[in-house]
Amino acid sequence: MYVAVKGGEKAIENAHRFLAEQRRGDANIPELSISQIKEQMSLAVDRVMTEGSLYDKDLAALSIKQARGDLIEAIFLLRAYRTTLARFATSEPINSTQMKVRRRISATYKDLPGGQVLGPTFDYSHRLLNFALMAEGEAPLAEQEAAEIETYPRVTSLMNAEGLIEQECADDSVDVGDLTRDPLDFPADRDVRLQNLARADEGFLLSMGYSTQRGYGNNHPFAGEIRMGDVEVEIIPEELGFPISIGDITITECEMINQFVGSATQSPKFTRGYGLTFGEGERKAMSMALVDRALRARELGEEIQGPAQDEEFVLYHTDNVEASGFVQHLKLPHYVDFQGELEMVRNLRKKQDEMKAAGE
Amino acid sequence: MTEVNSEIAQRQNWMSLLARGDVEHFERTWSGIDLKPDYDVLRAADTGMVMVRGRAGGDGQRFNLGEMTVTRCSVRMRNGIIGHAYLAGRNKRQATLAAIFDAMLQAPGCLDTFKASLLDPIQDALAKKQSNTDRKVASTRVNFFTMVRGDD
Repeated sequence: MYVAVKGGEKAIENAHRFLAEQRRGDANIPELSISQIKEQMSLAVDRVMTEGSLYDKDLAALSIKQARGDLIEAIFLLRAYRTTLARFATSEPINSTQMKVRRRISATYKDLPGGQVLGPTFDYSHRLLNFALMAEGEAPLAEQEAAEIETYPRVTSLMNAEGLIEQECADDSVDVGDLTRDPLDFPADRDVRLQNLARADEGFLLSMGYSTQRGYGNNHPFAGEIRMGDVEVEIIPEELGFPISIGDITITECEMINQFVGSATQSPKFTRGYGLTFGEGERKAMSMALVDRALRARELGEEIQGPAQDEEFVLYHTDNVEASGFVQHLKLPHYVDFQGELEMVRNLRKKQDEMKAAGE
Repeated sequence: MTEVNSEIAQRQNWMSLLARGDVEHFERTWSGIDLKPDYDVLRAADTGMVMVRGRAGGDGQRFNLGEMTVTRCSVRMRNGIIGHAYLAGRNKRQATLAAIFDAMLQAPGCLDTFKASLLDPIQDALAKKQSNTDRKVASTRVNFFTMVRGDD
């Protein structure tokens, strides 16, 4: 039975006003601007763009401000905004070998064409709190050195010569699945899996990736290459019929190289797992690459031993907007449902008491 | 055929620059034009999205990474030339001016007129910014060296 309950409008309205005041905090403290968030909380902005699945730094910064820094709430806001916009076009695939690189490292080759550049990284920092940041000081400046023009070939392409690594198959006649238009269906192809993982919650992917390293899914990865920088986005508008460049976006890409012992039909070789995010999202890109590889178990004929290899389990639980909605709906009024359950438990207890009495 | 291709290449080049310019520079250039051409707005500036595609492994099967905001606009000049603009982001004024410039630059001789005032400053600003970044990146290049161990 469904019973409509009225009331609470005033309380809700006032709760939102209270929230607005709390969001602003102490009015004597200067208010955060969108450009401050964009410039100084840039990794939060990048995470919100990646999981919100919309590249727009201003809107991501706005959503972080509105959500009081709750990134999952901010992601929800950006996803909701996204639904109000029409899609004009689909881009040509971005080409990361043409990236204007700000970071490029490899854990598999020390000396590789283009070399290794660390870029702006937390790696090798001592993780000591820097109390100097509590005071307002001068803006720090990066060191500069003469730059050569470098090209950065893909690390996996260096292994092609010996045929020791699998080749990706780029068949552009195959339609590309789109989770924003069609629901998830199993078995899921790799394009759909990658789209799902690209939007996925970083924490969930991190834990899933970690689980494969700890033995829940046979996975022996090397970070073949991680690169971060700007790539050009091109579209071919119908009215023009030729590609035009509409701007640059920052992306982070990770290619994991995994041992593969071979099967009845394939010789032993290295296989690949791929991670890609908007902005600077190295931890997410690495986690995504681990999980992408784990989810290829079916395709590679590997025994499915761990949760990270189970595509239904993984792909149904990656989305933090869906997960948050389903978990948080539990706090909405369930008065009638609960009355029903109360009645049932009372009846069960009554029956049990009666049986006990009859047995004595 | 080659001529057509080189015309397209020129237009691709300026459209790419217009997508990366800043609106204040566009406004200054526009207000500096004495005889502003008349135009009709065919498609008013409008913000939407482009789905950005990647490839598995960087070079394999295509997949949808996520969307980005894009603003587009189309105008027709009185001489019949149509200009289009598609720019990352949500700046409608910039998209409108970019569409007007795209139409103007297609008129014979106009590229030479506006290259120095409109396009070169965008190109120079981008090159300067990139070179600045490249120099910072270069300072983080790892130069491995092997420690020589004593044999005796």
